[in-house]
Amino acid sequence: MRLVQKIGEWFDLRLQLGASIRETARHPVPRETASWFYVFGSAALTCFMLQIVTGILLALIYVPSAGEAWNSLQTLNHGISLGWFIRALHGWGSNFMVAIVLIHMVQVFLFGAYKFPRELTWVVGVLLLLVTLGMAFTGQIMRFDQDAYWGLGIGASIVSRVPVIGPWAVNLMLGGPIIAGATLSRFFALHVFVIPGLLIVFVCVHLLMVLKLGINEWPMPGRIVRRATYMQEYRELTHKQGIPFVPSAVWKDIVFSGFVLLAIAACAVYFGPFGPGGQPDPTIIQTAPRPDFFFLWLYALLSFLPPSAETPILLIGPAIGIIVLLALPFFAGEGEKSWRRRPIAVLTILLIAVALGTMTHLGQHTPWSPVMDAWSSEPIPSQYVHGRTALERQGALVFQAKQCHNCHSLDDRGGERGPALDSVALRLTEDQLIRQVIQGGGNMPAYGKNLSPAETTALVGFLKTLRPATQVPARDASRAVALGETATDR
Amino acid sequence: MSEENGMSRRVMLVKLGILLNAIVGAVLAVPIVRFLFSPVTREKKFGYESWLSLGGLEQFPAGQTRLATYRNPVVNSWDGETADIACWVRNVDNQTFQVFAINCAHLGCPVRWFPQSSLFMCPCHGGAYYQDGSRASGPPERGLFQYNHKIEDGRIFIKAGEMPTPGRAANTKPRGTRCA
Repeated sequence: MRLVQKIGEWFDLRLQLGASIRETARHPVPRETASWFYVFGSAALTCFMLQIVTGILLALIYVPSAGEAWNSLQTLNHGISLGWFIRALHGWGSNFMVAIVLIHMVQVFLFGAYKFPRELTWVVGVLLLLVTLGMAFTGQIMRFDQDAYWGLGIGASIVSRVPVIGPWAVNLMLGGPIIAGATLSRFFALHVFVIPGLLIVFVCVHLLMVLKLGINEWPMPGRIVRRATYMQEYRELTHKQGIPFVPSAVWKDIVFSGFVLLAIAACAVYFGPFGPGGQPDPTIIQTAPRPDFFFLWLYALLSFLPPSAETPILLIGPAIGIIVLLALPFFAGEGEKSWRRRPIAVLTILLIAVALGTMTHLGQHTPWSPVMDAWSSEPIPSQYVHGRTALERQGALVFQAKQCHNCHSLDDRGGERGPALDSVALRLTEDQLIRQVIQGGGNMPAYGKNLSPAETTALVGFLKTLRPATQVPARDASRAVALGETATDR
Repeated sequence: MSEENGMSRRVMLVKLGILLNAIVGAVLAVPIVRFLFSPVTREKKFGYESWLSLGGLEQFPAGQTRLATYRNPVVNSWDGETADIACWVRNVDNQTFQVFAINCAHLGCPVRWFPQSSLFMCPCHGGAYYQDGSRASGPPERGLFQYNHKIEDGRIFIKAGEMPTPGRAANTKPRGTRCA
């Protein structure tokens, strides 16, 4: 022990760091902040360190070349001992990091930690969120598969819509005219050098401010933040009834970080690495590209925006969102911190959580996309052809052959792009069915040129049978009167 | 020389030193910026596009729409299979041809041709196009991108080399022919 102490002293005499480290470790923090609510920032940092270590390990093998990246990932997965595990750790680590950064942000927001004098800490935190998402997006491209390739295409298409400079911005983003070797190389540089560099700088500034200004105290309803008095109040809180950060508060950070690492490792072992999916060969078009989990909400949003509003919302929306986040501490820098007295803050979080959750859920099962192979893989349910006439059965064939099933479900099988047709005969009369099939409309293509009159007749004959047996079909009352029929004739 | 004079001389030397670094920095910035922007400036100088053969006309029977592939004209040896680009060739009547980009006009996903229903469908956000490339339904604002093409010596050539995107359609006709 004496030897260790001597060596320690030898180094400290030269480094002169011991005193400041001890001071930092023992700095007093408000008693209530030794809480499980205050562990997410350190957990995010732990994730980041895991990402650095696993990232360096992956870089030992990974080849950032469009022609070789996919093969090197296969080698990592299958050729190198435990390469799959390092990839899985890196992939799950990134998911956990984004999730924990978001949780940290919500906690900080609800606890009013962004208020005076911690405005700049919040601003740097917003920058940290942006670079974390930047890491997630560029990391998805490192996994250079079909999803990465077409994800880049989506990115380029969005960038191209920027007024005036759009086309040049696309060339700049792709490093050339198409998605190719130069594209992967520059995203590799971003993912491995530029963004991590920014991340490290921002983390240092963020941490420094947390240490210098002190951790946000536990918000008490009624304890109002005022610029004139806050510093004095906080000093009293820490110095009169505070506790040393080490060990009184830090043990919860350490325990939680340990659990997070354990959870990442467990996910990595149980679920394994992410992909890579199919080869990044743009001539293989039998693919349905999907972004990674944290961008699914955006993917869903892109299918729901009306075409005319899409470009402005895509280009201005993110800018507004970032400006609002950055400006938050400047128009709400004082006042109540406790979420119990800030109903709008709580509602905002709930609204955003529900919106993102719903969008993500929709992004996972993409009801807006045609099911490309439903016409050949999902048969017409037998109850819809049983006991039907020859014409109606022929119509069922037309329904399959013309890919109606890709967008319309029958008995919950098939696409959901258009409405389910199980009871279409209750909603539309024969004439309306014919018009809809031939002219389209309401987001349905017109099939007038693709169907012969005989096919249309058969198809509509089939569609007319699609209703519960106990309910009467839709009918055109005026037509019945005009033709002198009674309703029961039809 | 007085103490004050000595200080002001050293302050001036510091300022001179900073000025020297600023000048060198500005001079160095020129090649750095030009290097960074080479993907953009190259376009103006040489252009990315050239005429490429998609093969003999016998591969594209009249009345049908077939997938064709070509190797991008601007290519590096490490591009691998990413430099192989696909497109759809429609032979209307052996006289009239249309060559559509594979990229959906919405966000660039690969559209697939369904000959049975004569529609192009996109797997990403559900865009659909008629056989002449005009918009049928879904989020796209316009029809499919089309390449300029010509027929020479029984082969079909297209002017290609750059990924078509909604904001950049200089090489592509703004719209397909009129709606089906």
